[in-house]
Amino acid sequence: GEIKVDDKLLSNRLSMARNREGLVLLLDVGPAMHSILDDVEKTCSLLLQKKLIYNKFDEVGIVAFGTEATDNELARDIGGYENVTVLRNIRVVDEVVAENVKRLPRGTVAGDFLDALIVGMDMLIKKYGALQKGKKRLCLITNAACPTKDPFEGTKDEQVSTIAIKMAEEGIKMESIVMRSNASGGGDAHEKIVEENDHLLNLFSSNAFAKTVYVESPLSLLGSLKTRRVAPVTIFRGDLEINPTMKLKVWVYKKVAEERLPTLKMYSDKAPPTDKFAKHEVKIDYDYKVTAESSEVLAPEERIKGFRYGPHVIPISPDEMETLKFKTEKGMKLLGFTEASNILRHYYMKDVNIVVPDPSKEKSMIAVSAIAKAMKETNKVAIVRCVWRNGQTNVVVGVLTPNVSERDDTPDSFYFNVLPFAEDIREFPFPSFSRFPGSWKPDEQQQAVADNFVKMLDLAPSPKEEVLKPELTPNPVLQRFYEYLELKSRSADAALPPVDEVFKKIMEQDQELTCNNKSIMDAVRGSFEVKENPKLKKSCKRYLRDKPSVSDDEDNRMITYNADENKVDTVGEANPIQDFEAMISRRDHSDWIDKAISCVLEQEPKQFNEFLNHLYELCQERNLSHFLRHFTLKKITLIPKSEAADSDVADEDAGDFAVKQEPKLES
Amino acid sequence: MELDPDDVFRDEDEDPDSEFFQEKEASKEFVVYLIDAAPKMFSSTCPSEDDKQESHFHIAVSCIAQSLKAHIINRSNDEIAICFFNTREKKNLQDLNGVYVFNVPERECIDRPSARLIQEFDLIEESFAKDIGSQNGIVSDSRENSLYSALWVAQALLRKGSTKTADKRMFLFTNEDDPFGSMRISVKEDMTRTTLQRAKDAQDLGISIELLPISQPDKQFNVSLFYKDLIGLNSDELTEFMPSVGQKLEDMKDQLKKRVLAKRIAKRITFVICDGLSIELNGYALLRPAIPGTITWLDSTTNLPVKVERSYICTDTGAIMQEPIQRIQPYINQDIKFTTEELSQIKRISTGHLRLLGFKPLSCLKDYHNLKPSTFLYPSDKEVIGSTRAFIALHRSMLQLGRFAVAFYGSTTPPRLVALIAQDEIESDGGQVEPPGMNMIYLPYSNDIRDVEELHSNPGVAAPRASEDQLKKASALMRRLELKDFSVCQFANPALQRHYAMLQAIALDENDIGETRDETLPDEEGMKRPVVVKAIEEFKKSVYGDDSDEESDSGPKEKSRKRKAGTSDEGSYDYIELAKSGKLKDLTVVELKTYLTAKNLPVSGKKEVLISRILTHIGI
Repeated sequence: GEIKVDDKLLSNRLSMARNREGLVLLLDVGPAMHSILDDVEKTCSLLLQKKLIYNKFDEVGIVAFGTEATDNELARDIGGYENVTVLRNIRVVDEVVAENVKRLPRGTVAGDFLDALIVGMDMLIKKYGALQKGKKRLCLITNAACPTKDPFEGTKDEQVSTIAIKMAEEGIKMESIVMRSNASGGGDAHEKIVEENDHLLNLFSSNAFAKTVYVESPLSLLGSLKTRRVAPVTIFRGDLEINPTMKLKVWVYKKVAEERLPTLKMYSDKAPPTDKFAKHEVKIDYDYKVTAESSEVLAPEERIKGFRYGPHVIPISPDEMETLKFKTEKGMKLLGFTEASNILRHYYMKDVNIVVPDPSKEKSMIAVSAIAKAMKETNKVAIVRCVWRNGQTNVVVGVLTPNVSERDDTPDSFYFNVLPFAEDIREFPFPSFSRFPGSWKPDEQQQAVADNFVKMLDLAPSPKEEVLKPELTPNPVLQRFYEYLELKSRSADAALPPVDEVFKKIMEQDQELTCNNKSIMDAVRGSFEVKENPKLKKSCKRYLRDKPSVSDDEDNRMITYNADENKVDTVGEANPIQDFEAMISRRDHSDWIDKAISCVLEQEPKQFNEFLNHLYELCQERNLSHFLRHFTLKKITLIPKSEAADSDVADEDAGDFAVKQEPKLES
Repeated sequence: MELDPDDVFRDEDEDPDSEFFQEKEASKEFVVYLIDAAPKMFSSTCPSEDDKQESHFHIAVSCIAQSLKAHIINRSNDEIAICFFNTREKKNLQDLNGVYVFNVPERECIDRPSARLIQEFDLIEESFAKDIGSQNGIVSDSRENSLYSALWVAQALLRKGSTKTADKRMFLFTNEDDPFGSMRISVKEDMTRTTLQRAKDAQDLGISIELLPISQPDKQFNVSLFYKDLIGLNSDELTEFMPSVGQKLEDMKDQLKKRVLAKRIAKRITFVICDGLSIELNGYALLRPAIPGTITWLDSTTNLPVKVERSYICTDTGAIMQEPIQRIQPYINQDIKFTTEELSQIKRISTGHLRLLGFKPLSCLKDYHNLKPSTFLYPSDKEVIGSTRAFIALHRSMLQLGRFAVAFYGSTTPPRLVALIAQDEIESDGGQVEPPGMNMIYLPYSNDIRDVEELHSNPGVAAPRASEDQLKKASALMRRLELKDFSVCQFANPALQRHYAMLQAIALDENDIGETRDETLPDEEGMKRPVVVKAIEEFKKSVYGDDSDEESDSGPKEKSRKRKAGTSDEGSYDYIELAKSGKLKDLTVVELKTYLTAKNLPVSGKKEVLISRILTHIGI
């Protein structure tokens, strides 16, 4: 065929390698949007910041519409497209763009989102041509409450369909975030416009790679934009085996995976400031020694891996490991079907996968569709055994549940959740509620109050009105980190900003709802009076013995033992025991022990005394004599009655404590 | 839409946080298994799963054998002892008749379970008659009281360790509900009194005695005859206790498993129901993945653990760095520094409380709203009186109205939205299946959820769907492949079982590990049943048609799309120009292949091969 040269295209093509995205933000800055533009700025800024960190080669353009002025190529070349301003042409993300988006102009005109869409589309096509299919993206943020202009010819529907088809051809994806707070009323005319706009946006969805998300609060606005672009990666491609004669071709992806903070590198400031070539890197060295005192370091071949088995550590050579380990074959095998009610929701063990039929295998799509639909109809689920890759040393048993698509153009698929093995369950028996004494159970009146409360505090009065959807709820910690990062990039000693106001919505009950239902709230408080147990003395003991930091809840340990990230350096009111333990367990400096003790002294004397007794026993048991010595050195004793009225330790007993430790130290 | 052909197979399954799930060694437990070895334990039998008759003695020892294996895996710090009573031989420190403490070399009588103990105890039934022997230790006209002696020996064994930091327990296995029934009345009273006193002494020392009674086929074990006093049941508890009297081996194993796992408080949680009403809850980690223990490095010549020292070294100067060390994030051409304190401050956004936000219908909780194992919540009145009442009221309302609660939990990193699902108690013959309480499900944030479905949709083109007939065939197939009595976590983890079998074999110098049964494999026999085969065949036929084979079925769409993509892309480059200027290498492999495909040339080989093939074709 004919071979033509398009230098501009080619150079663009080459500069923008695979997996890079070209994005145009279309931001409605009209007067109706002013109240939430701060949050739009925040949302976009987060998106750009993450691109600067994770997708540095992505290219971004910014278009504002509803502006007083007009500045775009289409307006210049062919006219029309007024009040649409290109704030930035499509370019690689840089420090400027992150700044730009934080200072959006406040527009004066009701913007036409269709005009803006066409301007954005034109920019993408001019920049990339037909290339970069699926990597060209338009993101529209608007309240879609302003009228769109009539086209020169045909209807709006026809116009939108034409644009949508063109977008699909060009491989441009479109994402619309529509802000709809309940407050915005405005009469019939307004409603009609909104209805028409929603209809138009819906036309995009059915004709192009487009989706529309409706958000009702700044919080869900922040959550609505996928700010971190992760290249989709299959974790498995292969057969879902019904039996050896029937296999479906499927691909498996992560449906849910936790987004974490970026991995921060360690930084060394040891190099002299004059050293221009200093890398400031920190390397971690591991020395393997026979004993702590010995200076002799064991070479890799002089050591062997061992696993604990009862009281012994069993050495295993790599060869033994290789020959003896559990061996598997890659694949997904169906074990059978069972009633959905057999699988209680809390047995799901991990983040979730999605099992999609291979897009090139039409028959597999049909088979998956048949099974998924049949599951949904009959309330059944499938139990499967999976080995995701060759050489994997374990198997996973999980449950497939149907994901029957609501969209005509999307194939049916399954969700996959990991189920526990027999070894994973710790069945503790708990008393039946029915066995509790009457005073522990609600009476009829109290039950009625609780019923009303549960009905009233409704977060999903209708499917459309559901709030706090996980799909639209941003992670407050990540938000805060990136906000702080931005501040620090401008001034190294910037102070940490407080948690953003919008997150109140996930940290507190909806004030409006509770205020409007004050009588129910009062009834709840009135009917369920609680009080501190006056006999708390005993329970302190339990509290100390079952201190959370040595319990088996992992979350807790994350807080107290994750030495790198969560250093506790003071004993707080809320979890004094935990904090104390965390401080003591810090190995970075022995000063922490002194500090921990002085902190605890400020706490309640009763608790302190219980605690000291307990610590004393603990130290004895674990031979922590160096720690006990601190007691003597610092003259730490039980707090006697004479010092604190709360204490129930007699003065002579307090002294005894110090005495009784002495001989133990000798032994 | 197009899928990225460069997507490489990458495994994300290995959780970098897996240490995060590991159970911290909690408080230690000392356990003595007391097994009645009287002749009656051997002569009485129960039907087993496969309808064979198994002796009560067999039931008891198999339960314990299984329990030992669980101990060494999950709770290897616990110390255990095994003690038979009503034996012919005696072996105990007190030199009491009729009591035999079973042990293996290089192990104290009460000690952590070892590989050898497990191995030899597995074979106990073969050697029992010869080495230990069964003999009734309580006989008329003698003052011998083997039960009394057994309690004494067990109590002496449990003298080890402080009761402050350890739980101490005896598990008593017997099928004799009236041990002194054959005695003269005066002797009986006397023996009953002394035995009960002995049990009480033990309990006063903080030792709990738990009974695992085995019923006769024709007569249920009557706890009220004697044992209710020994284990200290009051009349209320008695009725609760009765249904749990085991009859089958499986029930018994289940019973023991539940009781061996002492209830531990995972975490105390303050649940803020609304302003002015906060109650106390305890959180329990009832489900956590069990994983092989961590690696300990050993000196390969002595097999002794080595000491690992970690040091942070500045690469510029070689200086050793003291923790805490600053962190950096490269951002816009500079390195932004964070102190560890700043990083922890960022994460500290709320109190550790659990705050109720509201309620939603259960249908709002989707199958993909999950991140990690749930936490079980149960109320406590220990510190805040009234907690249980408020909790039960909410629990009932939620169950009745079919709603779950949405709450914010500040104690995880990062803090999360959680769903609280009320769980009604479920009981079966074997006891409690699900405890009453709420399960806390950790919800993902928006950026944790990925829009995978979108990737696979093709706008404007209907995705292939099953027809009514195909749907019917699928339903029929599902009926045939119904798993009977399926319950979650019925499978042992084959990799973990294999791991421990391997450790045991190496520990005992055995050459043969034997096969670890993999219970997770499909039931081959069942799958071969003609009705099943027929149902699968029919479903297959309805989807694939008469003769087609799913392997070769490549959808027509892909082919045409490929062709289309090929021509259009090929047209947009001037390959000759690129070849001349040496710029072919700037194209991707896929783009190079597009040209080759268009010219009907082979597309195999590495990038350089592809380039040289194009160059050859063009004639440069």
